[in-house]
Amino acid sequence: MIQTKGLTKDFGAVHAVRGITLAIEPGELVAVLGPNGAGKTTTMRMLTTLIAPTSGSAEVAGHDVVRSPGEVRRRIGYVGQGNGAGHQHRVADELHSQAAIYGLSRADARTRVGSLVEALDLGDLVKRKVSELSGGQRRRLDVAMGLVHAPGLLFLDEPSTGLAPQNRANLWEHILRMRAEHDMTIVLTTHYLDEADSMAERVVIVDQGEVIADDTASSLKSKLAGDRVAFSTGSPSDLAAIVSQLPGSSEVEATDGEVRARVADGPVAVAEVLRAAFEKGIAAGSAQTFRPTLDDVFLSLTGRSLREENAK
Amino acid sequence: MTTLARDTRIVFVRELKPMIRDPFSVVFGLVQPLVFLALFGPLLSGSVGSAGPVTAGGTVWQWFVPSILVMTALFGTSAVGSNLLYEFQTGAHERMLVTPLSRSSLLIGRSLKEMVPLAGQAVLIVAVMVPFGFDLYPAGALLGLALLAVFGVGLGSLSYALAIAVRKNEWMFWLVQQTLLFPLMILSGMLLPLESGPGWMQAASRANPLAYVVDAERALFAGDVASLDALWGAVAAGATAAIGLFVGIRAMLRSAD
Ligand SMILES: Nc1ncnc2c1ncn2[C@@H]1O[C@H](COP(=O)(O)OP(=O)(O)O)[C@@H](O)[C@H]1O
Ligand SMILES: [Mg+2]
Repeated sequence: MIQTKGLTKDFGAVHAVRGITLAIEPGELVAVLGPNGAGKTTTMRMLTTLIAPTSGSAEVAGHDVVRSPGEVRRRIGYVGQGNGAGHQHRVADELHSQAAIYGLSRADARTRVGSLVEALDLGDLVKRKVSELSGGQRRRLDVAMGLVHAPGLLFLDEPSTGLAPQNRANLWEHILRMRAEHDMTIVLTTHYLDEADSMAERVVIVDQGEVIADDTASSLKSKLAGDRVAFSTGSPSDLAAIVSQLPGSSEVEATDGEVRARVADGPVAVAEVLRAAFEKGIAAGSAQTFRPTLDDVFLSLTGRSLREENAK
Repeated sequence: MTTLARDTRIVFVRELKPMIRDPFSVVFGLVQPLVFLALFGPLLSGSVGSAGPVTAGGTVWQWFVPSILVMTALFGTSAVGSNLLYEFQTGAHERMLVTPLSRSSLLIGRSLKEMVPLAGQAVLIVAVMVPFGFDLYPAGALLGLALLAVFGVGLGSLSYALAIAVRKNEWMFWLVQQTLLFPLMILSGMLLPLESGPGWMQAASRANPLAYVVDAERALFAGDVASLDALWGAVAAGATAAIGLFVGIRAMLRSAD
């Protein structure tokens, strides 16, 4: 569905995207994760024909984005980072104008708009001016606009930014239903770690204009981050010494009454450490293991925390 | 060509929607020219006296109402680029650019729409002024409105082109618009007759398309349909529209970066 080769984009001296090669198959749901300024939006803008790559090539929905942008546009949907609906317009007018643009008949448009409005909880708002909506309502409208023509390939640039958790869940439920009904391929960017984790089947981590990891969330975590373990103990320094000797352990921290560390396999490490502690007569109380998050993955890849980068 | 027509219609209808939903915004747009007409008209007849070009065709209104029509067109259509700037900011324009709509239609549909509020305002101004002794020549008036509409499409297109050109420095829009607006207006003889001005002003006005449009509107609203003034006005309006659309479409093609 998407094939890019060495895609780059420079804005003057800024190298926003530095050679992205990516293949996405029909039906995939891919999350592009990365800190602000990583080049996610720029990549999406190239794939949706908005801006021409500085170098490299991209084929989207079977057509080259530079040579046949019209063919690409006919086959994709795009929910950008901003608000797609005009602020001076009424909600229903913009939905219907979007439907007209993609050539839906009036009857089809009414049916589709009706079901989207209901699913995304916009029913009371159809006669309102877009400028009068709250940020979250506007975001739901943006997504509805992107789904009006049920595109085979949908790009979503930070679709759930600014949404309340309840609305985020509704939004995803609807996106996933449309995806199942229409065999949609979905590429989204997000900086919500949990969203990439729970929704996407494949996570592409982008940093400074490059893809630094590309796999399912769970194999990224086990390959790149490993589990975290925590022990409560009366003698943290002695226990820390044991933990440090485990193969593959790192970031061992001994604090008052606790030892934390990163290990390859949590449950195995716990068994090992408790056995060694027992043999040496070191008191070890409870032990816990934590599955890593995608933030741990990002941290181990870049040495920086995505959560902190985004808070900046 | 048929897709261009279809796309243009869609853009035109979309642009028209906020106005249809809120027709009062068009009516409010009228208040300003009418206030201006009510305040400036009497002053004009007092200061230029009973002889001279202003009152040659009858009352001062015969001279001044066409001015106000062109002024309404000038102020209204030269400002429309700001709507597009707003859609750049919000992301609505970006959304339109990802759709299969032809790039030209994004400009043409918008510019054609400018005819609608303009025609509405012009008809209302004329209707308000007829009871005050403004003589109406229907054929000339209709042609006058058509000419104004063509001119409005051109000026609207130029305003959109300006908006696209300054989209990364939005404050430039009003600066450039105002800087151009006032010299164009004064050098058109719209508010005060240039006949009494210095020679260089009269020379400058001959290079100002707006001056030809103003003269043509005066001729047409006086029923002078087959006059040279009307012809030159049509040429000026047509040229403005052609250049405006050309420049505007070229700008629109590069509006995504
Ligand atoms: N139109 C532009 N002009 C100049 N620089 C840009 C433009 N768009 C993006 N950039 C720069 O490119 C880099 C990547 O930006 P972006 O793709 O928006 O990142 P992300 O979406 O991952 O936050 C940033 O440094 C940003 O400032
Ligand atoms: Mg972004």
